[in-house]
Amino acid sequence: MAEPQRARPKPTPETQHFWDGTKAGELRLQRCDACAHIYFPPRPFCPSCASRKVSIFKASGKGFLYSYVINHRPAAPGFTPPYAIAVVELDEGPRMMSNIIDCPQTPEALELDMKLEVTFQALDDKITLPVFRPAKE
Amino acid sequence: MRSNQVAVVGAAETTELGVIPNASQLQLHADAALNAIADAGLKLSDIDGFATAVETPQQVCHYLGIKPTWVDGTSVGGCSFMLHVRHAAAAIEAGLCKTVLITHAESGKSMIGKAPRSIPADSLQGQFEAPYGVYGPPSMFPIPVLRFMKTYGITHEQLASVAVVQREWAAKNPRAMMKDPITVADVLNSRMIAYPFRLLQCCLVTDGGGALILTSADRAKDFPRKPVYIMGTGESAETPMVSQMETFNSSRAFKTAGPLAFREAGIAHEDVDHLMIYDAFAHLPLFGLGDLGFMPHEETGKFIADGNTRPGGKLPLNTNGGGLSYMHSGMYGMYALQESVRQMRGIAPAQVANAKISVCHGVGGMFAASGTIVFTNER
Repeated sequence: MAEPQRARPKPTPETQHFWDGTKAGELRLQRCDACAHIYFPPRPFCPSCASRKVSIFKASGKGFLYSYVINHRPAAPGFTPPYAIAVVELDEGPRMMSNIIDCPQTPEALELDMKLEVTFQALDDKITLPVFRPAKE
Repeated sequence: MRSNQVAVVGAAETTELGVIPNASQLQLHADAALNAIADAGLKLSDIDGFATAVETPQQVCHYLGIKPTWVDGTSVGGCSFMLHVRHAAAAIEAGLCKTVLITHAESGKSMIGKAPRSIPADSLQGQFEAPYGVYGPPSMFPIPVLRFMKTYGITHEQLASVAVVQREWAAKNPRAMMKDPITVADVLNSRMIAYPFRLLQCCLVTDGGGALILTSADRAKDFPRKPVYIMGTGESAETPMVSQMETFNSSRAFKTAGPLAFREAGIAHEDVDHLMIYDAFAHLPLFGLGDLGFMPHEETGKFIADGNTRPGGKLPLNTNGGGLSYMHSGMYGMYALQESVRQMRGIAPAQVANAKISVCHGVGGMFAASGTIVFTNER
C-alpha cells in the first residue's frame, strides 16, 4: 500500500492563477485597482471595497514569522512529527499558512518575527506549494 | 432585542456524559431533548420551534416527532447553541413560535452515527491550510498562542494555570470527567500535543448532549423551574481559516459578540457574578477576558494565575470544570449554557452564592464565530 499522502490542494477557477504562479516559481497576490487593498486568499473581487477590478501581481516573497505551532500529535498524513505549522506575514500585508524549511523545528530556532523568504516545493506535476525558509540576508 | 422577554424553562444534559457506547449521536439528541421536556413539565407536542447544529433540524424533528413552525439550523461550530438562543428569543418575541427546543449531541468519542470531519481539497481551507499539516483542532486552535503571548507578555506558567484552576472547579462536580487535582508542573510536564500546548491544555474528547427549552417570560412563571431570563445576546462570525484572522492578539468575533450582549443587557463588567468562556484550549479564557472587556489582555494571564477565577475568587469562571475537565464532545457551547442555567437556578454542583447575572461566551471553529448570552434570574 502506498504511503498516506500529504493533503493536495485542488484549484478552483478563482484560485487557478495562484497555483499556476507557484508552478512557475512565483507567489501571486491580488491588488484592488480601485482602493489598492492587497489581499489573500484569491477571489475575483476586493473583500475591502467590493470592486471587481482587481489585478494579479508577483509578490516579493518576503515576510516574517507571525506565529506557529510545532505539531506532535496527531500528525497529518505525509508528515513526520514534530513539524511546525506557521503563519507568515508577507511584506505586502496578507498572511498565509505555510511550513518553514531549512530550519530546525524547535522553539529555539523558530523565533517570532524572524525574516523569511518563499521557496517552492513540487508535490506532483500539477501542484507546487509555497513554503518559507529563513531569509538569506 | 428587549431584555428579559424570553426565559429558559427547561434545561438538561444527556442522562450519561463521557463515554456512551450504547447510543448513536441522533439518540443522544433525543435523550437530551426528552430530559429537557421532562424538566420543563411539557409534552413533545408543546414544542413548535426547533433549532440544532451539525445534525439537521429535519433529522432531529422527525426522530422526535416534532412538528415545528419555526426552524433554525445555524451551524457555526461549538457556539451554535448561543446563536440558537439569540435567534429563538427573537422568534418568540416576534410571535413566530411559542416554545422552542434547542438540542445538541455528539458522539465525539465513540463516533456512533457521526459523520467524520473532512476538508474538501477544493475549499479554501483545503487549498491554503490543509497542505501544511493541520490535522484537527489541536494543530489549529493554538496557532495564535505564541503571538498572543509575545504581544502581551503572557507566560507558559500562566497558560498552564488555566487548566489547574478549572480542575479545582471540576473536583466539586460529580459529573466531571477529570477530578484529580493537578499542578502547573503537571500541566507543563504532560505530553506535548502542539507546542506550546500540552495534553492538559487541550479539551477532553467525550460523548454527550444537552437541550434547552425557551418560552416567553410571561408564560415562564407557570413552569415548575425557576425561570432564567435572556438579558442580552450577541453573535458574530469572522473566518473559517485561523490563518486569516484579522489579528492573533484578539478575536474579532469575540469583540463583536461580547460587547453586543453587554450593551443589550445594560450591564457593566462588575455586575457579572458568574462567567463561562468556552475553553476548548487553555488560551480561550484569556482571549475572552480581554475581548469581552473585563481587563486589558496583558492582565488576563496573571488574573487567572493569581486565583481570581478559582472557587472563592472574585470572578468565578468555568465553574463546571470547562471543556478541559468537565466534558467536551466537540461542540461544547451547550454545556457552558447548561452550567449558566444551573447557576441561575441555584442548583449547580459548585454553586456561586447569590449569583444573579451569568455571562456565557462561546466560540465556533477556531475563532471562526462567536455567541454571547447574558442570563439573569431576576426580572
